[in-house]
Formats: sequence, C-alpha cells, structure tokens
Amino acid sequence: MTAPALTARAGTSPSGLFKVRGRRAAANRIATVAMYLAFAAAVVPLGAVVWYTVGRGLTRFSYRFLTHSMAGVGPLDAGGGIYHAMLGTVEQVLLASVISVPLGLLVAIYLNEYGTKGLATVVRLLIDVMTGIPSIVAGLFVLAFWVLGLHRGFSGFAASMALAILMLPVVTRASEEMLRLVPDTFREAAYALGIPKWRVILSIVVPAASTGITTGVMLAVARVTGETAPLLMTAFGNNFIHSNPFHGPQESLPLFVFAQAGNAFKVNVDRAWAAAMTLILIVVVLYVAARLLTRRDAANRR
Amino acid sequence: MTNSSARGTVLEPETVMGSPRKARRLEPFRGVTLGAAWLVLLLLAAIAIFLVLKAIPSLRQDNGNFLSTKVWNPDASPPVFGIAVLAFGTILSSLLAVVMAVPVALGVAIFIAEYAPRRIATWLGYLTDMLATVPSVVYGLWGLIFLVPRMQGFQHWLATWFGWFPLFADPNNRTSVASRSIFVASVVLAIMVLPVVAAISREVLRQVDPALKEAALALGATRWEMVRMALLPPSRPGIIGAVMLGLGRALGETIAVALILGTSFAVSLHILQPGGNTIAANIATYFGEAGSTGRSALIATGLVLFVMTLAVNVVARSVIYRSARKQGGVR
Repeated sequence: MTAPALTARAGTSPSGLFKVRGRRAAANRIATVAMYLAFAAAVVPLGAVVWYTVGRGLTRFSYRFLTHSMAGVGPLDAGGGIYHAMLGTVEQVLLASVISVPLGLLVAIYLNEYGTKGLATVVRLLIDVMTGIPSIVAGLFVLAFWVLGLHRGFSGFAASMALAILMLPVVTRASEEMLRLVPDTFREAAYALGIPKWRVILSIVVPAASTGITTGVMLAVARVTGETAPLLMTAFGNNFIHSNPFHGPQESLPLFVFAQAGNAFKVNVDRAWAAAMTLILIVVVLYVAARLLTRRDAANRR
Repeated sequence: MTNSSARGTVLEPETVMGSPRKARRLEPFRGVTLGAAWLVLLLLAAIAIFLVLKAIPSLRQDNGNFLSTKVWNPDASPPVFGIAVLAFGTILSSLLAVVMAVPVALGVAIFIAEYAPRRIATWLGYLTDMLATVPSVVYGLWGLIFLVPRMQGFQHWLATWFGWFPLFADPNNRTSVASRSIFVASVVLAIMVLPVVAAISREVLRQVDPALKEAALALGATRWEMVRMALLPPSRPGIIGAVMLGLGRALGETIAVALILGTSFAVSLHILQPGGNTIAANIATYFGEAGSTGRSALIATGLVLFVMTLAVNVVARSVIYRSARKQGGVR
C-alpha cells in the first residue's frame, strides 16, 4: 500500500486523518459488523427468555395466584398459587443474608485492613474459587453435614446455609472492593486523633463504604434468590404454607417452578410460567435497585 | 517498614507508638476478622470432608466400578452404579456450550469496550449483567417449552446434511420428532455462560494500558487492527481464564439441564438424539426418589463434580491473577 493521502474527511481509521482502503478497510468493516452481530446474538436470546416468560406468565398471574398456596389443589386443578413459595424464599434468603453478610464483611475487613501477605492471598484465591463452586455442591454439603450428618432433616434453615455459602464470596469480594476505595486520608485523619484501629474501621471506613457494600449485598441476594439446585436437597419443597424455617420441609419460588415444570399438564406449566415471571420480577427489581443506589451515591459525591 | 498491615502507606498508631506486636495483641477485633478468614478456609475443607464421609458408604456397597460402570441403580440390591455416563455428558455438554458461547462473548466484550458509543456502553454492560442474574430454572423452563420444539427442524437438518460427522449422526431417525438432546441443553448452557465470559473478558480488556491502544491508532491502525494487535495479545491469559470460569459454570449448571434432558441415563455420542445426562442434572432428577444408598451415591458424584470445578477454577483464577499482575493490576 502506498503512503496514505492526507485528507480532512473522516476515513475508516478512528484517527480520522487517513483514508484506509482495500483489504485493511474491508477487514475493519467486516470486524465492525461482526462485533455488532455478536452483541445482537447475545442480547436476542437473553431478551427472548425474559420476553417469552413474561408473555406466558401474564396469562396465569393474578392477585389470587400471589395469595394462595397449593393446599388442596389436585393434580389436574387449575387453581393454586405461590404464597407458600414466596414466604419460603423470603425467609430463606433473609436468613442466608443474616449468616453471610456479617461473615463476608469481616473477611473483607481482614483482607483489606489487617491481612498479612501470605494468608490474605490464599483467602482471596479461595474466596474467588468459592464463587465457582456449583450451587448443587453447596446443597450436597449441607445435606451431608446438617440434614444427614446431624440428623436435622430438611428445613428452610438448611436451605439458608447452602445459600449463605453461595452468597459469602460475592459479599466478601464486593465489600473488599468498596473498602479499598475508601481514601487513606480518612484513616490517617482518624489515627491522628488517637482513635484505635478497630474503631476507625467500624466507625469511619465501613460507613464510608456502606453504599457500595449494600449494592454488593443486594446483587448477591438477587443471585441466590433464583437458586434452585441447592434447595432440592435442603428445603425439599412443600405444597402447604409452612412458616417455621427451622423445622420441616419448606417450599421456595424456584423449587415451585422446577416442580411444576416437571409435569406435562398445561395447568402445571402455566403455573410454572407465572411463578417464573414473579421470580424474574423480584430478581430484576433487586438488581435495578442495587444499581440505582450506587448511581445516586456517585451523583451525591460529585 | 515493619508494618503488620497490607496498606504500607498508612502511618498507623501501632507503628508510630511502641511495639507493633503489643498493639496487635491489644486488638481483639483483629482476631475476630482473622477468625472469619480462617472460617472460609475451614468451610472449603469441611465441604470436601463431609462429601467424602457421606460418599464412602455407597462406594463400599457399589457392585460395579464407580468410574466405569454405565448404569445407575444405587438403590437396587445389590447396588450397581457408576459415573462414566454422567461425567461424559457433563464434559461433552460443557465443552459444546463453551465452544458456542466464547466467540459471541468475546465479541460482546470487545463491542462494549471499543465499539459501542461511550454513553450507552455502561448501560449495555448493566443490561448483560442483569440478564446474567435471570435464574437458571427460568432458562430451563424456556429451553424445555420454547426451544426444544423449535430446535426440532434445525436438529433434523443438521442430522440430514451433516450426519456423516459422528457427533451429528442420527441412527433410527430419532430427530424427526422434537428431541430433548444434549445439543439443546448445550445451546441453553451457552446462553447462560455467555454473560459470565463476557463480563470477565470486559474486565480484562479494560486493564490493557490505553497507551498501547493509542500507539496503535497513532501508527495508522484501523480499529480492528488496533483490537487485534494491541488489545487482544496482552489480554489473552485473562481471556483464557474467563473462558475457563465459563466452563466451570457450565460444568456445575444443574436445573436448566435437568429440565431439558429429563430422566435419561444413556451414554451416547449422538448429541442430536434424546438422552444423555450430566452429574449435576442427575442429582436434581434422582434426589427425590433416592433411598439412603442412592443419596450417598449422588453425594459421591457431587464430590467428583466438586473436584472437577475446583480444579478448573483454581487454574482459571491463577491465570487471571498472573495476567493482572503483569498488567500492573492492583491485586
């Protein structure tokens, strides 16, 4: 290729100074089209899942559906609802948060404020590795340890423990990132006033990072709310309203979808779609709320 | 500086006033956080230990070879079961999913990092992340009800024209009706893995020194040449890590695969035909009806899955760490 002619018109080169011709221009254009296509190829199926679920879910969704359980609903009956499942999901996820949030925050504080080189690196690696543990393995662990090992049987609390294992790495990593963003000048100013380190962390560093930590927690909650696999062997499922999470099998929203989808009858599949739509709704609301929280906070600081 | 803290730059009172060791002893809160950190290590160890403990009873009674037997009858007497079919299905479906997802995911990452208009790029990132939080049971339901019937034509077409390729062979013409096959499961897995790989790749691409990209552009490279020569080579280890994390996700995915494949237990290389199963999906499908030996046997397969994903994740993370360090990342 000869020396490119200098032209004022914007060429295919992003610098806009040189007009690129021939094979290089063609390759660039093909690549650009490919990138747009790849993005479309990713978003279309993902969007289709949400769209189709909402479309199918709306046919069966109603106030009655939200406020009734499956008690007394025969295998071919069209009635029934997800009240018992939502109750279970809320209790299980809340308990999971109660376990995992303080623990995750403490680990994050250790990693960022106290950690010594060796142990902190190992713990950080293991936390990241824990993110990749299949959710069903967390369920099997609780089954082996709590349900069978300690003979506690199935319960909502067993499910919470499994969910807490899945939440822990997410909460820890998000909190650690946020603690790292707190400027060192905050800490130095506090030390200069003679405040002991633990007090500095708890009264100054953590509050300064609290919005980001809340976002991380909400994202973790959004993630585990839809978890199904570990609940099969911990909460086990229940057609009736069961409000005590510490004893006896309990239903949850994802379990409900799984159980209903496994049946071939239309009444079951319709219920599955409506419950799946409710589940997506809850997860998306949590996600959007978490994102808006950080955005508002970022705007306030500016 | 003999500072106990990882943040060497902060002048902490304990280092200014007197012995750091004494100050550390006076700080019970440090002990609390240290305990939490150790708890994480203990938890991982406990997972391994309890899975092994509860797997042993069934392995003792197994009348087949756990690694090579191709049937699953743990509650029969005598119990006969093996993981061969499941391990095969798990690896096959995950690899297929990764092969399908990775090019698209990379495209998405590059698109958001370099091609999308600046103003909407962040929002597109949020959008893909949000879609990643859609629960797997929803993907399973969608795959079963929506995708399985609609893939019938495509699967039949593949079998008709590419049947000479062993994976796509279709003896007995079983793709002429809707087929709940490994192939459909892999497509759904690919859709689920995609946001994970895309998100991590995006993170990796962002760590590339902007000076490299600017230098390429200043030398007259087109945008694509800049991506190919300045952006991708330094990101390669990180992207390999991202792909492996996606593989780990696919290996452990349970509910979507369980819903699509249903109850089947057959090893088959014909990915378009109904059948096949994975470790995780088998646990979900058979747990409800399993007796005590059956549960123990399922725990044994879970242990294998745990070891597999642990290995994949450790390797992936260390690859990512090393590349981040080379890029001068914070970690």
